[in-house]
Amino acid sequence: MALDLARWQFAFTSVNHFLFIPITIGLAFLTALLQTSWHRSGREEYLRLTRFFGTLLVINVAIGVVTGIVQEFEFGMNWGAYSRLVGNIFGAPLAMEGLAAFFLESTFLGLWLFGWDKLPKRVHLLTIWAVAFGSALSAAFIMAANSWMQHPVGYLMVNGKPVLNDIWAVFTNPVFVWGYAKVLLVSLVTGASVMLAISAWQLRHGGVREVFTRSARLALVVLVPAILFTMLVGDELGVIEGQYQPMKIAAAEAQWTTCQPCSFSLFQIGGGNNDQTPTQVLAIPHLLSLLATNHWNGKVVGLSPLQAQYSSQFGPGNYVPNVFIQYWSMRAMAYLGVVVLLISLWGLLLIRRRKLATSRVFLWVAVWGVVLPFLMNTAGWLLTESGRQPWIVQGIMLTKNGISPTVSTTWLWISVLAFVVLYGTLGTVDLLLMLKYSRKELPPPPAEADLETPVPAVQY
Amino acid sequence: MALVPFWFIVIAVLWTGFFILEGFDFGVGMLHSVVGQDDAGRRAAINTIGPLWDGNEVWLIVAGASMFAAFPGWYATMFSGLYLAMVLLLMSLIIRGVAFEYRGKRDAARWRRTWDVALTVGSLLAPLLIGIALGDLLHGLPINSAQNFTGSFWDLFQPYALLTGVTLVLICLLHGATFLSLKTTGSMHERSRLLARRVAPFTAAAVVAFAIWTHVASSSTFFIRPLELLAILAVLAAVWLVYENRDGFAFTATAVTMASCIASIFVGLYPNVMVSSTNPAYSLTVHNTASAPYSLKAMTVVVVIFLPLVLAYQTWSYYVFRRRVSREQFMTAPAVPPGPVPAQGGPSAAAPGAPAPELARKKGVRHGRKL
Repeated sequence: MALDLARWQFAFTSVNHFLFIPITIGLAFLTALLQTSWHRSGREEYLRLTRFFGTLLVINVAIGVVTGIVQEFEFGMNWGAYSRLVGNIFGAPLAMEGLAAFFLESTFLGLWLFGWDKLPKRVHLLTIWAVAFGSALSAAFIMAANSWMQHPVGYLMVNGKPVLNDIWAVFTNPVFVWGYAKVLLVSLVTGASVMLAISAWQLRHGGVREVFTRSARLALVVLVPAILFTMLVGDELGVIEGQYQPMKIAAAEAQWTTCQPCSFSLFQIGGGNNDQTPTQVLAIPHLLSLLATNHWNGKVVGLSPLQAQYSSQFGPGNYVPNVFIQYWSMRAMAYLGVVVLLISLWGLLLIRRRKLATSRVFLWVAVWGVVLPFLMNTAGWLLTESGRQPWIVQGIMLTKNGISPTVSTTWLWISVLAFVVLYGTLGTVDLLLMLKYSRKELPPPPAEADLETPVPAVQY
Repeated sequence: MALVPFWFIVIAVLWTGFFILEGFDFGVGMLHSVVGQDDAGRRAAINTIGPLWDGNEVWLIVAGASMFAAFPGWYATMFSGLYLAMVLLLMSLIIRGVAFEYRGKRDAARWRRTWDVALTVGSLLAPLLIGIALGDLLHGLPINSAQNFTGSFWDLFQPYALLTGVTLVLICLLHGATFLSLKTTGSMHERSRLLARRVAPFTAAAVVAFAIWTHVASSSTFFIRPLELLAILAVLAAVWLVYENRDGFAFTATAVTMASCIASIFVGLYPNVMVSSTNPAYSLTVHNTASAPYSLKAMTVVVVIFLPLVLAYQTWSYYVFRRRVSREQFMTAPAVPPGPVPAQGGPSAAAPGAPAPELARKKGVRHGRKL
């Protein structure tokens, strides 16, 4: 019970945290682009857009930061045995993240937000780029730490304990390199989708057309390559994880027996850990081989032989992750990605035909399409983290051995309830504020006489 | 293995830096609705730390993460042993952090009052809980030979730990009041000075008691250690300076008080990091919780490069925002009401009567009505 609660709490807080993080990373970059456009062209609509989307960025940063502190502390609180065993490796990137990235991001966000009328224009522009860079950098460190759990590298086993002996290996871990690229790309996808949805809503509801057409176009121009590359990088990441975590990939296809070549089923009926013969619907030949190995006739080892292999290697036990979650989260992620791609291509087509601002159907779809990246991201994390089970560190420590031995079930119930209530409340408040500020009218253009005076700073 | 003590010092420095900086943020958070008597005043008080508090809070994150990386055993035992207190601390930090951001985003009296309460309570609980935790490290908790905490939630609330918590809260209050004296104008400035004068004697009493008890708890010699002495001298100087209206020096003195109190805990602790009240032999020390030398070396490179850099740009940011904040700034609409500026306080700003004066009268504020 304690194990389930601890896992549930970590999953709950992480998934919530990652709702806000990609908005922050993506929107920080896009806001920086807008301000750069203003700086270079001097057109006031870019300034108005910068201020407009800057507000939305800040609303999210606040909640991203505070939910981040929870993540930082939870390893010690709930996963004491894990922290004790791998802290000398896993803790290092976390400490570096704080020193190199969090300080940068938070200090410069303050400078950007409150420094409009206190800093020279050029310096002020640099501050938003520092925020964007800091947020992207923080993701690098945490992804390096996370990738080490998926594929531990750069260590020696000393008395049954992994000891870091090559920090460089941790930052060149192929799982990290591809995983990090993917996180940056989906952040752009998420940020651009948010920007597109808000611009679309504004265009539908009488927002200033010339201005919001610009932001919608910027969003689409970023979105199309970002989602395309997300899919390509995601595919490569699947191949790499397949090498180090074959269980994850086999479970994602509910592939119990070894196959070569392997087909990919669009859907299945039944399935799960107790049903090894689900009815596959629309199996596409060779596709799984391609996805999992990059080869037309690649071989995918099935769950049953892997289970036998792990049992003899690590001792008796169940090493198969939750097949149901793997199978469906993989499909949710992939299919939602395709839908996002189609929407963005449609938008691109409308730009070419100069109909972006007037196609009410597209604008409606773009508004509601904003939920897709969030579902896609959550499915992606479920696939990655649930697929690592039963390991907390692949091949080194089992999740059930990682929990804090002295944290009682009562304590866990208290904390789970507290986090659910608090996060529920804050999530709702955040959403309501985002909706309120997304629907606000644009700030009016500054009068001619005002052009000389500095832009007023933001205040709480 | 000089890196092990070095990292203990780094962590002590990070905690000390955190409390010097976030200490006045906590103080401002606790005092903002007393110093600011109406919505404009409260906003002015909050905006004295507006651009800074987030960067200050990162010191806490980095302190925690550095414990994780350099002394995983310490991090694991402390954070899991103090579990419920940690949950409470996280809650306080969360409601406080979003209060800054969300308070001004809607123009409704109830909405703002709710976030005012969140900010005040969060800013009170956070230093209290961290103080209790630090006091527990030094005074000892039931810990077994496997470095696991074996006590209950209530074991954390031992007298010394409570004193540490209360002392930190009182220093934060004084530190915040002297900071507000430096950063505000007019009636708010007067009220901040008055509050500092009211709090100062209590802070001094607490710090003296804390310094002596810390000495008794961690040393067998009679002679008081320099840091403990410094804490006493600094807080007495702060009292004097506050009564002399020397704002700048008073703030420096409260900063030194804070620094010497936090540092004296760590000096008293070394080479232990968590004392076991079950059996002194079970105490966690820098050596039995430290990471392997290679990890410490890698992190040393990073901290040596980045900490000076961080100090440089944070100093710059304090320089950029060195001006005082006045209540008047928040009473009129800005030239451009652009997106990121929250709606200006309409009715509540116009009615100086609102809820604050009662509170202030209770505290005997006399200079509050000048404006």
